[in-house]
Amino acid sequence: MRFIRDFLDDIKPNFEKGGRFYWLHSTFDAFESFAFVPNKTTSKGAHFRDALDMKRTMIIVVLALIPALLFGIYNVGYQHFHSIDPTLAFFDNFWRNIGFGLIKVLPIIIVSYVVGLAIEFAFAQYRGHEVNEGFLVTGLLIPMILPADVPLWQVALATAFAVIIGKEVFGGTGMNFLNPALLTRAFLFFAFPASLSGDNVWIAQKADAFSGATPLAEMMTGAVEPSQSFLSMFLGTIPGSIGETSIIAILLGAILLLFTGIASWRIMLSVFLGGAFMGIIFNIFGSNSYSQLPFYYHFVMGGFAFGAVFMATDPVTAAQTTKGKWIYGFLIGVMAVLIRLVNPAYPEGMMLSILLMNVFAPLIDYYVVNANIKRRMKRWKIKAVDNSIQK
Amino acid sequence: MSDVITIKKGFDIKLSGKAEDKLLSCSGKNYAIKPSDFVGLNPKLLIQEGDRVKAGGKVFCSKKDENLIFSSPVSGVVKSINRGEKRFIESIVIEDDLTNEYEDFGKFSLENMQNEEVENKLLQSGLWTLIRQRPFSTIANYEKKPKCIIISGFASYPLAPDYNFTLKGRGEQLQKGVDALKKVADVPIYLCTDYEKTYCDELLLLKNVEIKRFKGEHPYGNVSVLISRIDPINKGDIVWYVDAEDLAIIGDFFITNRVDKQKVIALCGAMVEKPCYLKVKVGAQIADIVGDNIKKDKKIRYISGNILSGEKVDRDGFLGTYDNLVTLIEEGDYYEFLGWALPGNNKFSLHRTFISGFFNLLPKKYRKTYSVDTNLHGGKRAFVLTGDFERVMPLDIYPLELIKACIIGDIDKMEELGIYEVDSEDFALCEVIDVSKTNIQQIVKDALEQIRKEVEQ
Repeated sequence: MRFIRDFLDDIKPNFEKGGRFYWLHSTFDAFESFAFVPNKTTSKGAHFRDALDMKRTMIIVVLALIPALLFGIYNVGYQHFHSIDPTLAFFDNFWRNIGFGLIKVLPIIIVSYVVGLAIEFAFAQYRGHEVNEGFLVTGLLIPMILPADVPLWQVALATAFAVIIGKEVFGGTGMNFLNPALLTRAFLFFAFPASLSGDNVWIAQKADAFSGATPLAEMMTGAVEPSQSFLSMFLGTIPGSIGETSIIAILLGAILLLFTGIASWRIMLSVFLGGAFMGIIFNIFGSNSYSQLPFYYHFVMGGFAFGAVFMATDPVTAAQTTKGKWIYGFLIGVMAVLIRLVNPAYPEGMMLSILLMNVFAPLIDYYVVNANIKRRMKRWKIKAVDNSIQK
Repeated sequence: MSDVITIKKGFDIKLSGKAEDKLLSCSGKNYAIKPSDFVGLNPKLLIQEGDRVKAGGKVFCSKKDENLIFSSPVSGVVKSINRGEKRFIESIVIEDDLTNEYEDFGKFSLENMQNEEVENKLLQSGLWTLIRQRPFSTIANYEKKPKCIIISGFASYPLAPDYNFTLKGRGEQLQKGVDALKKVADVPIYLCTDYEKTYCDELLLLKNVEIKRFKGEHPYGNVSVLISRIDPINKGDIVWYVDAEDLAIIGDFFITNRVDKQKVIALCGAMVEKPCYLKVKVGAQIADIVGDNIKKDKKIRYISGNILSGEKVDRDGFLGTYDNLVTLIEEGDYYEFLGWALPGNNKFSLHRTFISGFFNLLPKKYRKTYSVDTNLHGGKRAFVLTGDFERVMPLDIYPLELIKACIIGDIDKMEELGIYEVDSEDFALCEVIDVSKTNIQQIVKDALEQIRKEVEQ
């Protein structure tokens, strides 16, 4: 790898202060540090550091998303051809499904990365920072939570909105309080409802005659039970957003995230606990058929699992204290099921419930930390009283 | 015997180059006192270049309090006074003339002395400076007595010297030191020892102290942790603390009536050819300590103190006043191709994204020993991951929240979150495992400095 290093060393002066391409130095730095871990050494404090850096952290999350993404690409193709010819089985015309899926999904990924990274690089340059790796994950999450037919210009617009308004105005990666990927989706959802709601958007170029309703939509409109079986919802062979349908692929990602400890198991577990809690309450007290649907159906329908594994666990926008994480996750689960069952307007509650709890996460932390502060103050007071008695 | 205090959180990092139980002596030529070793000290020189001082003779005092005297470790001639930015004195170098002359403090014995006499003797001899206080880790204020005194009888940082070995045969000195402390401040004195590792009679048979035994993993030996489990600091509280090694020096003064700042330090780290213990005088030159006992053809980082919170020094730099070891590790100024993507069996990590991270989940004795270098392994980022710091923070504080309060300089918030209970060294492990490569210890140090200045005004 000597020659790459030599090449980089050769061109590096151009990007340093006073060089011709100084205005691109953040960009150069991003690519250089991608190829080589920098030669920087510790200057203050501890003289050695853990080998883990932000790049590896983010790449692990991207890896965790890959199974769901690959399944999503295939499923986009399958759903399309299945809507034209309902007799097709899942593995019929394997390569044709993949081809169609790629044609549909790749452009969305490219648009989201190009728009988002361009803004990130520009802001890094403007602020004199290094480029943060956070968008490597966000840029992949965005396509996975959108339907395959969403117009590309809308993706571009929504991504720009989320990155600038949701993240950069607050100071960039690590400073945002709303999950940027979900913000993208929320922007599209409210600005262009036609692209993100109804029965006709969840299958790419759906044949008109075919009903493309997702299980969530079916249940909301009063079906007795979803037309898809629990198993097919678990496997993910149903219409929906690109990456959200296959619980099994999401589980693979979850295993990697928990195995490496990158995502908080407390949040993941508590989202499911919260969902189960609310689901069971409705199972007991609910009167309509949707309320009577066994609670675990909520885990396999819509974006519940995807949200719990990849969205709620975003460390920047989640609660940061250990106790806070339990509360934050639990309430996400509760709210998601509550919105699904009670709210008449939106079939899916996961996006809104996570965004809502993103907003409340600092408040939860505030109270958790305050308990610690109160304990300390109490100790001080007892001490002060002791002293006055002794005097 | 007392109860065992178990510290659950923390992590012992096993590093190669632990000192073997072999004691060598080290005779150097140059010794230095560095005013920067003492938090918040503004020195006023009492000698000039070319003056002659005896061991224990006055070198400088504090500008604020001229009773606070700093004395020479050896007899010799003041060779140079090195100044840095804003003419702040960086070091006063004294060349040993090998005459071993000691400053005369008269004949005295502890038993017949009044409390104030003991205090005065310690101040005049410059040995008072070995007693420090929390909060802020400044030299103890003799006008304001503490609520208790802590003696650190063990250390938990990586490659820590074994106190059983370094204190061997110095039981009498230690006891005298304890008695002297008792005279200076009639408060409870706690001797903190390691439940599993401390076995020497020199420590365990000390009288006039209450022995507290600790069990756990680093930072269970940090003074903040010891205090938090014995008698936590509240706002306005003061706790004094002395390292056992320094206590022996104080005790020796009351036995021999002269200042002999001799201590046993460890020379350790992966870049040391034969790690060992050395008998040195405080302020010895690193080059004299290390000699040619180093790995050849390597770029070496010299650290006075431990690898987590010690000070980076040059080869011709000097041992810090409170430091009990010199650590040598390799400099890591190399590029690594796609380094962030490798499985990383040999890289130290507490995160399970590396294979080594899994080994580090195992109990202490099965863990791998690492030879680390100074590479930062990445670039500086904003804080993103949460929940990591809590794993290595045994104090009842919220590390991330406190660090953020320190960054914005919000003193009220810092007080509420427990800044008085910590020192920068308590965040060393947080700093090591931090993915965003923030210099956390510096942040805490600056914040403590900010509060200290505010309080002292």
